[in-house]
Amino acid sequence: MKARFDAAVIGAGVMGCATALFLARGGMRVVLLDRGEICREASGVNAGTLTMQMTRAALIPYALHAHEMWMNMPAWCAGGDVLATACPGLSVAFTDAEAAMLEERARIRREAGAPIELIDGRAAQVIEPGLADGVKLAGHCPIDGFASAYLTGRAFRAALQEAGVTLMEAIPVRGIDGRFVLDTPAGVIAAQRVVLAGGVWLEDMAAWLGVTLPIKVLINQLVVTERLPPVMRTVLGVASGLLSLKQYANGTVLIGGGWQGIGDRARGGLAVRPENFLGNVRLAAHTVPALRNARVVRSWLGLEAETADALPAIGPVPGIDDAWIIGSVHSGYTSGPYMGRILAQAILGEAPELPLFPINRLLQERSNAI
Amino acid sequence: MIFDIAVLGGGPAGMAAATEAACGGARVALLEESPAPGGQVYRAPPLGFVTKPDRDRQEGDALRAALAASGATIHTGCRVWGLGGGPLVPEGQANTPFSLSALAADGAPFTVQARALILCCGTHERIIPFPGWTLPGVIGLAAATILLKAQGVLPGRRVVVAGAGPLLYAVAAKLLTGGASVAAVVDAATQVEWLRALPALAARADLLAQGAVWRAKLLAARVPILAGAQVTAAEGDNALKRVRVGERIIEADALCIGHGLVPATEATRTFRALHVHRPEDGGWVPVLDAHQRTSVPLLYAAGDGAGVRGAAAAPAAGRVAALTALQDLGIHAGAPERLSTENAALARARRAGAAMARMMALRPAMIEAIPPETIICRCEGVTRAKIEEAAAAGAGTINQLKHFTRCGMGPCQGRMCGEAAGALLANARGVSVADLGFATGRIPLRPVPMASILGDFDYADIPVPAPAPI
Ligand SMILES: Cc1cc2nc3c(=O)[nH]c(=O)nc-3n(C[C@H](O)[C@H](O)[C@H](O)COP(=O)(O)OP(=O)(O)OC[C@H]3O[C@@H](n4cnc5c(N)ncnc54)[C@H](O)[C@@H]3O)c2cc1C
Repeated sequence: MKARFDAAVIGAGVMGCATALFLARGGMRVVLLDRGEICREASGVNAGTLTMQMTRAALIPYALHAHEMWMNMPAWCAGGDVLATACPGLSVAFTDAEAAMLEERARIRREAGAPIELIDGRAAQVIEPGLADGVKLAGHCPIDGFASAYLTGRAFRAALQEAGVTLMEAIPVRGIDGRFVLDTPAGVIAAQRVVLAGGVWLEDMAAWLGVTLPIKVLINQLVVTERLPPVMRTVLGVASGLLSLKQYANGTVLIGGGWQGIGDRARGGLAVRPENFLGNVRLAAHTVPALRNARVVRSWLGLEAETADALPAIGPVPGIDDAWIIGSVHSGYTSGPYMGRILAQAILGEAPELPLFPINRLLQERSNAI
Repeated sequence: MIFDIAVLGGGPAGMAAATEAACGGARVALLEESPAPGGQVYRAPPLGFVTKPDRDRQEGDALRAALAASGATIHTGCRVWGLGGGPLVPEGQANTPFSLSALAADGAPFTVQARALILCCGTHERIIPFPGWTLPGVIGLAAATILLKAQGVLPGRRVVVAGAGPLLYAVAAKLLTGGASVAAVVDAATQVEWLRALPALAARADLLAQGAVWRAKLLAARVPILAGAQVTAAEGDNALKRVRVGERIIEADALCIGHGLVPATEATRTFRALHVHRPEDGGWVPVLDAHQRTSVPLLYAAGDGAGVRGAAAAPAAGRVAALTALQDLGIHAGAPERLSTENAALARARRAGAAMARMMALRPAMIEAIPPETIICRCEGVTRAKIEEAAAAGAGTINQLKHFTRCGMGPCQGRMCGEAAGALLANARGVSVADLGFATGRIPLRPVPMASILGDFDYADIPVPAPAPI
C-alpha cells in the first residue's frame, strides 16, 4: 500500500497536537487521529497549572522552555490561545513535616533550574494576600502560571489546519497491521511513520506493535467554584503537592491537586470519591479562607498516565523503525508543547534540543518487530 | 441505616412512588427541595396561607395525605447536591447502595443511602432566547406558577403571557384571578394545532374541561389571544416596559414566558444511564423499559423527568416504578394485577400527555428566528453568533462547544441554555441534536455552598495521600 502520509499521529491531546504541528511545519504530510474530539481527554480537562513546583525535578528544564511557549502561544500557534497567564507560584507548609519536605524538594528543584526561594509565612502573605495565617515556610517561584485547559483543542485546531495536518476526529484507531497500516472504522490509513500519543491508552497502543508497556492510570478530581470577587492572585499549592489553586480572570477558582476519584481506561473518569472531594475542598479552604464563602458549581475527573518510574515515555519504539511514542509526562500539560517539539525534531532527523526519554528502560518483554 | 428505596423528587410521580413503595413494605426515604411535597403542579401553599382549593390543590392534597400516612421518611426543604454509589464504583467492584448527599432545610448536611433509587426529578422550563429575555421583569411560566401558587404573589400589574402549551392558559387565568391585567396571551401554537390535539385530549375529559374554563375566563376579560405568534423582543432600560410581537407593541411590566418543559436528567446522566433524544418527550430522556427501569440496575425514573407526559400520567408512572423496585429488591414478589392496572392508567394518561408534549416540543422556527447577537447562555454571556463561530471552528459536540465557548459552564450548568445551544449547534453543523451528545453529568446537582459541606475539621485530620515522587 502506498503511504499517503509521512506520519500518522494517534491521539490528539497536547502531546499529539504539538508533535503533529511541528512535524508538519518540518515539511511532513501528517494525519492526526483521535477516537474522540481534539484535546477532550487529559489535555482539555486538566487543571491548567503551568508549574515548576509540581513538576518532577528531571523535567524542570523542559517545563521552563514550555512555560515560555505557553506564554506566547499565539505567536507559534497561528493565533491559538489558552489564555496562559504568568503569575508567582507558592508552595506552602503548615506543619514542620511539610516544611522539611518543602525544603528538600525546593532544593532539588532549584538545582534542576527552577528559581525557587524559600520565604516565611509573612512574606508569602505579601505575595498572596489571600493566604491563610499559620504558614511556616513557603516556596516561591516567580515563574509559574496557569492556562484555561478547555481551550486547548480550539487553540491547536486552526494551527494544525494551517500547517496542513489532516485532523480526523471521532475516528478510533483499532490496530496497526504491517508498517504502518492503521485500521479504523473509516477505512485503512497508511503512513510511513507512526507516533503513538494516546495518554492513558498508550498501553493499548504499544500492544498493537507487540510492545508491553505498563501504564498506570491516575484518576484526578477537580472542583470549580462559581465566579468570585478576587480572592487570590498566585498559583497556590501545599508542599505535598496535593493542592493546586488558582483564580481565573472570570472569577472562578479551580481546586485540584491530584486527589483520586473513581474511573478507569474503559469507563473514563466516572465519579468523585466523596471523602477525597471533602479532603480536597478542606485543604483549599484551609489555605485560602475566603473560599469558605464560595459555592461549588461543578466537579469533574480526568485520566493521567504514569509509567513505572513516573518519568516520561518519549522516543523511538525499540526494534521498530519509524515508530515513536510520546506521553506519561508528569505535569504533562505544562511541558506538553515542548515535548512535542523535541520529539518532532528527532523524527525529522534533527538532534533534539534536550534529550528524549527512551522507553527501553520500561519494557518487560517484546515480541519481534513487525 | 440503609433504606430499601430512596425517591428523589416529591412531585406527583415521587409522592406516588414513595407511597406505593412504603405501603408495599419497603423502608423508603423521599427527598424534596420544596418545603412541602407537591412538585410544580401540586405545589402546596406556605403554612398559614389560604388559597382557594382548586382542582390541582385537591389532587395534590390527596397524594400528600396518602404519602403522609404511608410511613415513608420524608425530607422536605432539602437540597440534594451529591450522588454516588450504585454503578459509580471502581473497576471490577460490585454495585453499592446509592448515596445522596443533601443539605437539610437548616443547612445541616446529611446523607441518605438506599439499595434502589427512583428518580422523579421533573423538568426545567425551556425558554427559547429572544432579544431582551434577560431583562428584569421577564420570568418563566414555571417561575410565575411558583409565585402565584406558593406565595400568591403577582409577577406584575400588566402582564404578557407567552410561549407554548397549556401552562400558558393556566398562568393567564391565575393572573386574572389574582387581580392582574393580562395584556395579551401570545401562543406559539396555531388554532389548527390545538384542534389536532383534541382527539388525544378527549381521553382526558377532565383536562379538556379545565382548559375550557381557563379560556372562558380569558374571553370574559377580553384578553387578546394571539395564536401562532411569538414574542420578538422584550424592551426597556433597566426593567421590562414593552413586549414586541412582530409589528405589535404591547406595554407591560411583566412577561411570563415558557416554551415547554425539558426533562431534568442531571441524575440519570451522572449515573451514566443510557439516554436517547426524543423531541416529543422534551429532549434527552433516559432509556426505560416498560417498567420504568433505566439501563442501570436498581435505578428507575418516573414522571416528567423521564419524558414529559404531564401531571396526570406521573402518579401512575411513579407507582409502576415503585412496584418494579419492590419486585427487583425481592420485598414484594407479586402485585401483577396492580402493575397492569397502573400500566393501563399510565398508557391512557400518556396519550393526552403526549399531545400536550408535542405542542410544547422545541419549535425549530423559533430557533431560526434568534438574532445573532442574542445571548443564549446567560451565565457565560455566549451569543448565537459565538456558538455558530465555534461550530465553524470545529466544535462538533455539546461537550466540545462548552470547551470552545464556555456555553453551559456557569452556575446553571446548561439547564437554561442547553437545548437552544444544542439546536443552534446542530443547525450550524447540519446534523441532528442527537448526534451532538449531551453534557456529561457531574455533581453537584445544584451549586453548593462550600461552608456547608466543609464541617469542622483540623488540618492534621485531612487525610493527605502520599505525595508524588520528586
Ligand atoms: C484532572 C487532571 C488535572 C491535571 N492537571 C495538570 C496541571 O495542572 N498541570 C499540568 O502540567 N498537568 C496536569 N495534568 C496532566 C496533563 O493533563 C497530562 O499530562 C497531559 O494532558 C497528557 O497529554 P496527552 O496528549 O499525553 O494525553 P491525552 O490528552 O489524554 O490525549 C490522548 C488522546 O488519545 C486519544 N486516543 C486514545 N485511544 C485512541 C485510539 N484508539 N485511537 C485514536 N485516538 C485515541 C484520546 O481520545 C485522547 O484524546 C492533569 C491531568 C488530569 C487528568
